[in-house]
Amino acid sequence: MKVLVPVKRVVDYNVKVRVRSDNSGVDLNGVKMAINPFDEIAVEEAVRLRESQLASEVIVVSCGSAASQETLRTALAMGADRAILVESDAELQPLAVARLLKAVADREQPGLVICGKQAIDDDANQTGQMLAALMGVGQATFASKLVVDGNAIQVTREVDGGLETLALKLPAVVTADLRLNEPRYATLPNIMKAKKKPLEALPAASLGVDVTPRLRHGRHEEPAPRKGGVKVADVAELVGKLKNEAKVI
Amino acid sequence: MKTLVIAEHDNTRLAGATRHAVTAAALLGGEVELLVAGEGCGAVVDEAARVAGVSRVIRVEAPFYRDLLAENLAALVLSLVQLKSYGSVLAASTAWGKNLAPRIAALLDVAQVSDVVKISGRGCYQRPIYAGNVLVGVESDEPVQVLTLRTTAFDAAGDGAPVPVEVAEAGPDLGLSQLLRREISRSERPELGAAKIVVSGGRGLGNGDNYQQVLTPLADRLGAALGASRAAVDAGYVPNDYQVGQTGKIVAPGLYVAVGISGAIQHLAGMKDSGVIVAINKDPDAPIFQVADYGLVADLFEAVPALTATL
Repeated sequence: MKVLVPVKRVVDYNVKVRVRSDNSGVDLNGVKMAINPFDEIAVEEAVRLRESQLASEVIVVSCGSAASQETLRTALAMGADRAILVESDAELQPLAVARLLKAVADREQPGLVICGKQAIDDDANQTGQMLAALMGVGQATFASKLVVDGNAIQVTREVDGGLETLALKLPAVVTADLRLNEPRYATLPNIMKAKKKPLEALPAASLGVDVTPRLRHGRHEEPAPRKGGVKVADVAELVGKLKNEAKVI
Repeated sequence: MKTLVIAEHDNTRLAGATRHAVTAAALLGGEVELLVAGEGCGAVVDEAARVAGVSRVIRVEAPFYRDLLAENLAALVLSLVQLKSYGSVLAASTAWGKNLAPRIAALLDVAQVSDVVKISGRGCYQRPIYAGNVLVGVESDEPVQVLTLRTTAFDAAGDGAPVPVEVAEAGPDLGLSQLLRREISRSERPELGAAKIVVSGGRGLGNGDNYQQVLTPLADRLGAALGASRAAVDAGYVPNDYQVGQTGKIVAPGLYVAVGISGAIQHLAGMKDSGVIVAINKDPDAPIFQVADYGLVADLFEAVPALTATL
């Protein structure tokens, strides 16, 4: 069984982003970029499946500019077998990405697709679910545990009240939540090895998908900052403030 | 154009989050219909028919809607949109709504706008990106507007006079997924996402026993829901459904008490819209103090029991 893992190049999670002074977007000049943390968890899960002989090959795919090659190399260094870059310099919104991934899935015929549950830049949390819809297969989002059992999987999902476990036929789409696993660090020898692994560049146009953005993004702004409050000396003062000033208890 | 809100429920009760989505739906103009799909969900239908602002409830029952799984529900919504020409499809931005809505959008071949916090009219929204550090205006000309709504940004619709209930035919059973089990935490406490007061604990508590011993009496005294930082959840103090933050629950209670929480950006994204924030932490430089209305630099193991005793 092939496992397909889509990965996205995003602003590193440690970076505090700033809005451009003309409010047209977020200033990405010189900002450190990294693989989306949820996608890293997805790669780890796929590599573990191959290591336990439940998967035959792990293919990572990224949709974006040539800079995404770096993200794919990171995934290859973690243990993915080969990479596909669906190259486009256009803004790619989740539906367009899902349609590009569907075209790649048609070509590769994976038994399982593992995505990150959301990208930490646009926080859309859509691509995996959209891909599952377009492929006409089952979906298990926000996964904290994945068990492959022959031609089916059991996935434990993080839902609002606790956990639920689904059984899905394969092929299926799973999206990874934080507690699915702890991704490994790529070792130096594996980083060197990753440079020799196959990375195929595929122009987005060659997949016959219209990637024109459907949504227009207008004004970007930073939310009004919370005014810092006061420090209280002790519990008695705190209770006094809550009762008499804030009147919340 | 009519809007269809998809009701979240457990065949017994309507989820409170759905009432927030109904309030948002009214801002789009046109009638608001509420879809209750399930099995043996008569009580939910009755409740739904009394939600103020709803003009009609669409009831669809079949065994394969019992667990409200996304595959069959999305197929049903697709057929309802085609049949009844809805102009918008909305769900609350809960784990359930986030799972379902994009599947519907893809079947309709339209873009979805996630986590909407402001509606200025049909096709004109605002939503948070980058963990809530940036708000962006989004415009959409899609023929069907598929949205998920941040519940903390819209009030809950109250009760009104009962409206008509229309029974609609079930869609296909695709047989793609099956629920094996649910392990849902049962608690007498208010639901975290809807509580007026939240008491939340972090790594400063040291372990799960301390979490329970220190925070439970305070939460009991305040009638509060219990929450936690990601660090406390990852360290195993409490289950994952306690997590407040970017990837956990987004809460905005009237009072949020953060105990032993440093205040990582990830956590602040989940609670910074609370009315009043209290932080108790022994580190005076903890970032949580930058957003707290009242900060107490103290050993939580002394301060919290003292607070509980004073209330």
